[in-house]
Amino acid sequence: MVVNLKINGRHYTLDVPPDEILLTTLRNLGFNSVRQGCDTSTCGVCTVHVDGKAVLSCTVLTCRLDGHEVTTLEGVEEAAETIGRFLVEEGVEQCGYCSPGLIMSILYLEKCVPQPTDEQILHYLNGNLCRCSGYEGQLRAIKKYLEVKYGAGSKQAI
Amino acid sequence: MRVVNKPFNKIDGMSLVKGKPLYTDDLCPPSALVVKVLRSPHAFARIKRIDTSEAEKLPGVECIFTYQNIHRKPFTRAGQCHPELSPYDKFLLDEYVRHVGDDVAIVAAVDEKTALNALKLIKVEYEVLKPVLDFETAEENPVLVHPEDDIFAHLPVGFDPKHNVACRVNFALGEVEKVLEECEVVISRTYKTQPQAQAMMETQRAFSYLDPYGRLVVVASTQIPFHARRILANALDIPASQIRVIKPRIGGGFGAKQTVNAEFYPALVTLKTGKPAKIVYTRSEVFNATTTRHAMKFTVTIGAMRDGKIRAIDVKALSNTGAYGEHAETTLGAAGKKVLPLYNKVEAVRFSGTAVYTNMVPGGALRGFGVTQGTYALESAVNELAAELNMDPTLIRDINMIKKGETTPLINMTTKGAGPDPMYMDSCMLDYCVKRGKELIKWEEKYPKYQVSRTKVRGLGMAIAQQGSGLPNIDMAAATIKLNDDGFFNLLVGATDLGTGAETILAQIAAETLGVDLEQIVVYSSDTDATPFDTGAYASSTTYTTGNAVIEAAVKMKEEIIKTGALYFNTQPEKIIFDGKYIICSATDEKISLADFSKKITYNLLHTQLSTTGSFVPKKQAPPYMAGFAEVEVDLETGKVEVVEFVGIVDCGTPINPKLARIQAEGGIVTGIGLALYEEVRYASNGKLVTDNFMDYKIPTRRDIGKITVEFAPGYEDTGPYGAKSIGEVVVNTVAPAIMDAIYNACGVRIRELPATPEKIWRALNC
Repeated sequence: MVVNLKINGRHYTLDVPPDEILLTTLRNLGFNSVRQGCDTSTCGVCTVHVDGKAVLSCTVLTCRLDGHEVTTLEGVEEAAETIGRFLVEEGVEQCGYCSPGLIMSILYLEKCVPQPTDEQILHYLNGNLCRCSGYEGQLRAIKKYLEVKYGAGSKQAI
Repeated sequence: MRVVNKPFNKIDGMSLVKGKPLYTDDLCPPSALVVKVLRSPHAFARIKRIDTSEAEKLPGVECIFTYQNIHRKPFTRAGQCHPELSPYDKFLLDEYVRHVGDDVAIVAAVDEKTALNALKLIKVEYEVLKPVLDFETAEENPVLVHPEDDIFAHLPVGFDPKHNVACRVNFALGEVEKVLEECEVVISRTYKTQPQAQAMMETQRAFSYLDPYGRLVVVASTQIPFHARRILANALDIPASQIRVIKPRIGGGFGAKQTVNAEFYPALVTLKTGKPAKIVYTRSEVFNATTTRHAMKFTVTIGAMRDGKIRAIDVKALSNTGAYGEHAETTLGAAGKKVLPLYNKVEAVRFSGTAVYTNMVPGGALRGFGVTQGTYALESAVNELAAELNMDPTLIRDINMIKKGETTPLINMTTKGAGPDPMYMDSCMLDYCVKRGKELIKWEEKYPKYQVSRTKVRGLGMAIAQQGSGLPNIDMAAATIKLNDDGFFNLLVGATDLGTGAETILAQIAAETLGVDLEQIVVYSSDTDATPFDTGAYASSTTYTTGNAVIEAAVKMKEEIIKTGALYFNTQPEKIIFDGKYIICSATDEKISLADFSKKITYNLLHTQLSTTGSFVPKKQAPPYMAGFAEVEVDLETGKVEVVEFVGIVDCGTPINPKLARIQAEGGIVTGIGLALYEEVRYASNGKLVTDNFMDYKIPTRRDIGKITVEFAPGYEDTGPYGAKSIGEVVVNTVAPAIMDAIYNACGVRIRELPATPEKIWRALNC
């Protein structure tokens, strides 16, 4: 099936099988930050943005994305570097396999709630599993990142 | 110290967070054939007939293997030193399938869809056999998981497949029965641990191709590249010289990748077709067809006096090794050898263990490696003894646990190659760990429990643990350092960084020893053609074992630089100083920078390559220790347990990188919380897994963990690199026993079978 979509700001016309998931399409195009961790939409490793919303690329059929806009970590390099640096400063990137999906979820959290409470952070990121870090350090990193970017006291940002 | 004991960032960290193509599947050529494995739907069956003719006709199918067109040679997939303690009880493909998920046929095709379609066209007629699914009765079960006669064990491990026994581990010190009789209090309790999944985020995967010389290259997400080369050579029946194993970045391992598994299939296809081939395991395949933590059952008998002095410990252990004996002996042994020395003042101790075959997913390595299971049992029993004596559990530890400078003959008895001289635990900081943990969790204030509402009670519990730092006189690591023509060094190690930051730590050790900056060390790991030998990332060995090898290589490199500097300045080596930046001739005060020196000796003078290698095998046990304290909240109406806080005080000597050590501890504690409360590989009555995905097999999310507090004891291990001991595994071990005792203290329910689910607690409270 022929699909016209935008990936990381660039137009693609793709001929994809009707049962192909976005994750496969993206990896075939060389967007290697998008990775498979499970087969059941439970791990969050393959998180990307579709029209600005965090989505599991393993649960979206590519053929349904005609006219839509997809963003992977490769499309937000600067943000990836900034957020990534906070993760690295805490040592919580560890094996790094789940980091891109986590960063895409952090970006979505930030967009929805720039000054989240701990509870809101957990709510937005709960679907991003990590077996290495134990999560605590990730929470420290994310809070530091948000504090530096938006200030601890300021009410409204963006 | 300039570089060690400093919180450097992981040297590969920024590439990882930017999602760079660094993992196995990212590097595979797109032309690679896709390999898929047909897997058994039965727990135990004999293949009566297998017909691949329809599948072979499918356009795009390249080759199909069944047991009928593959050589038969027993081997073990367990990654451990040669000769392995694991029996040679596995075949590439066999007439018998021994667990749901066992391999039946291998298909290679031009793409995934074709390979999957081909699997559907293979017709298999099974003679379905009655499976062995209860490990507690496996030894007496007339059904044999391994009826074949051509399997064997290299070493005398009690291998007895005619009774479904993979191995036995027995050791004893003193007269247990006699001492138990003299004790004023004797308790005997039985504990069971569940199979746990490693659950790393990147599933097993590998691809292979032939190099320009026709040799097989296997790129794999593995913890054990050198063992993998040897195991592949044995299984594929080709010389090791014809195999190269390369490990790129790994998306976690936790022991799962200490067993060679996915690697065989593409390798077979490449050898047959000459073409690149790859396999990527699905999550379901990981659950069904790799390994889990061995489920174990322990009966612990402890004899003590009323004053709290423990005099005898007797442990009977039974381990379920599943369909194959991978890591059976070593995990079972570790459940005793790295647990019982915690209580070094006993007069008698005995461990009698058996690992049995069943038609279930094979047991394997998982962070903690038997010690986690054994610690849960022993520490739970000690907590029960404390309750029986009406004694504070920290006091019973204080009376009985091993302390700085102490030893027990058990350590020498259970250490390969140990001489007669006692090994003293000179760096043991358990004492400190317990004291500090009590302070941080506010033990005196809160123990044993306090009510927070009508239906919610909080309880406290604690446990202690140890692990090893590498395997003395068994596991060897080597490191090579090479000086390049611009004054920077390659550090080549066979050690495999699973994401923990091992490469960063080894670079820190090299930089410290050479006196140079971290940026001057370029790490390469691991490639069996290019890096020196290393047993791999397991047994908590990399920092301690490989770290010491790096120091040796770096010391030799300094000597080489000084020797070559003497030639350069035409003087004696005693007159040369190398301060990390300059080579200085003390006689003339002349100096040359390392960068200029390395250029000169490469291009203009002397024309020499400086390269040194260090090797290290531990000679002494240098166990890390930990005290873990849990505060939990039990909902008396539902039985649900929440971890309020877990405090871990870790004695890993002097950490090379305190930041990365902390993450090891936090991550390990969370794996322990999963073991204690949530995770269990479960089977249906026919031997099929009911938990072969992350929806049914629940690892902790960031909501499930409570507050984690970690501190380090200010310790120093003389035999460790810059005072370091290991940390990777010890951090898992205290969690389950501490949480179980906290639950008991909160609500009076003693969970002796992990995990402590709300159902179990509710039933105990209400039934």
